[in-house]
Amino acid sequence: MLRRPPFAANRPVCYSEIMSSPFTEVTETFWTLAKGFNVTLRTMFRKPTTEPYPSGPVRFEARYRGIHVLQRDEDGLEKCVGCFLCSAACPANCIYIEAAENTAAKRISAGDRYASVYNIDYSRCIFCGYCVEACPTDAITHGHGFELAPYNLNELIYRKEKLLQPATLKTTAV
Amino acid sequence: MEFVSHHAILVVSVVKIAVLLFIVLTALAYLTWFERKVVAHIQSRLGPVFTGPHGLLQPLADGLKFMFKEDVTPPGADRFVYVLAPLLSFSLAITALALIPFGPGTISILGQQKPLAIAHVSLGLLFLFAITSIGVYGVALAGWSSNSKYPLLGGLRSSAQMISYEVSLTLSVVGVLLMAGSFDFDSIIQSQSGRWLGFIPRWNLIPQIVGFLCYFTAALAETNRAPFDLPEAESELVAGFHTEYSSFKFAMFFMAEYANMITVSCLATVLFLGGWLSPLSSSWHWAWYLPSLLLILGGLATIVDGIWKMRGLARVILPFMGVVLIAVGLLCTRPGVIGVVQGPFWFLLKVFFLLFFYVWARGTLPRLRYDQLMDFGWKLLLPVALANLVITSLVVLLVNR
Repeated sequence: MLRRPPFAANRPVCYSEIMSSPFTEVTETFWTLAKGFNVTLRTMFRKPTTEPYPSGPVRFEARYRGIHVLQRDEDGLEKCVGCFLCSAACPANCIYIEAAENTAAKRISAGDRYASVYNIDYSRCIFCGYCVEACPTDAITHGHGFELAPYNLNELIYRKEKLLQPATLKTTAV
Repeated sequence: MEFVSHHAILVVSVVKIAVLLFIVLTALAYLTWFERKVVAHIQSRLGPVFTGPHGLLQPLADGLKFMFKEDVTPPGADRFVYVLAPLLSFSLAITALALIPFGPGTISILGQQKPLAIAHVSLGLLFLFAITSIGVYGVALAGWSSNSKYPLLGGLRSSAQMISYEVSLTLSVVGVLLMAGSFDFDSIIQSQSGRWLGFIPRWNLIPQIVGFLCYFTAALAETNRAPFDLPEAESELVAGFHTEYSSFKFAMFFMAEYANMITVSCLATVLFLGGWLSPLSSSWHWAWYLPSLLLILGGLATIVDGIWKMRGLARVILPFMGVVLIAVGLLCTRPGVIGVVQGPFWFLLKVFFLLFFYVWARGTLPRLRYDQLMDFGWKLLLPVALANLVITSLVVLLVNR
């Protein structure tokens, strides 16, 4: 422990002023050692934070940005209205959309148009979440999927069928 | 059979060596497992879990891996010395253990009365220090013969550190020698029998607490363990003196390090913790059943853990191990066995505690800088050990007069 000597520029400083006594030093050394050893011992008997991932489930925070999910509304219609805002917001340029008009006979989304093609290229997606922020209808959201790795690069391009919530399921907050 | 009876001394010695070697090598292997587990839990991790229940087969897997690795000799290496170095390190580390007495008195094998040690050397301590000092050669030669800069630097550091701390290590022990008046391990242990005030065991730990602390610190440095493991500082020297070693030669260095840990802990037990003496009063007869109790409780815990927490094959193996432990525990209550078991039990318990402390220190303390290491060794540890020696000799002189 270093105690600051009373300030005086060129005054000779005696040992006891800058150093504590050997007794204090020894006591403090052993006290700090004891504290350190105590911390590690207590940690040893706590539950490890390791998650047994391949064999067990992974715990995510609610706002984890995983593989996207295209949501449906209460009537089971697609929320996406094909407005291209997500595609425009995407900094990696990985969202490809083709829009088509809804007809009375075949209604896919609640708006005028719907996305007939909606591809996300996960070899380029950086999971920034801008598409989710840009979406005016809350159609595109981040899910908690993360196991993307394929053997073939082309499999990283996810089509709408793969991204969309299954029709039988009502909209769920993921 | 005739051969056995004619050469009983030889046979008994070989059997003893084989048994101790088996025990020590198994202990070495499982010390690595234990260390990995303890350090992992200190760091909130799990440690080895995939190889067998609780990763118990990890040492086996490691050993097999080492055996099947390619054995590389770097170009330009001095082949003879390059091969000699790990052999020297490992064989010396193992040899040192031959001197350690694990229990009191003698046991009778094939009609021969044999002490519970491979060799009973009356200058045991001196001999042990002689052997462990040669161990430095293994490190230095390995660093030199590899013909590579990292091993050279690591070897230099390592040998400098080992030689520096050897001084303090030896000096811190002289206090004990003065109190016991003998180099013989058995007499050193016997001199610690009895009790102060009727209940505090007369171990050298209490009068020689300074010596013990010096010894333990110097031993950490001597065996190149954390926080003095800078010969192996990965971030600076790749792996230190054994950077260029692969396959089983590397394994030998690895085992030598752990064998040295065991030796140093055994020596600390003999010198400071009363060796195989029990800390409990000899008039407490229930204390004789402690080894069995411990084994049976451990066996029960293993069975419970295996059946309730494990899946698959571990559900069979762990309970089986538990049953074996309980059987051994029950065997230890037999009249012939219970007396023999006491000494080794307390000895191994103390050694185990010291080894745990080793690992605990590794999980706690950060590595020292090289100049800090040298400062600490020469400017603090050596004077303290010397002061301890002077004071002890004065007190011994005054008391004995």
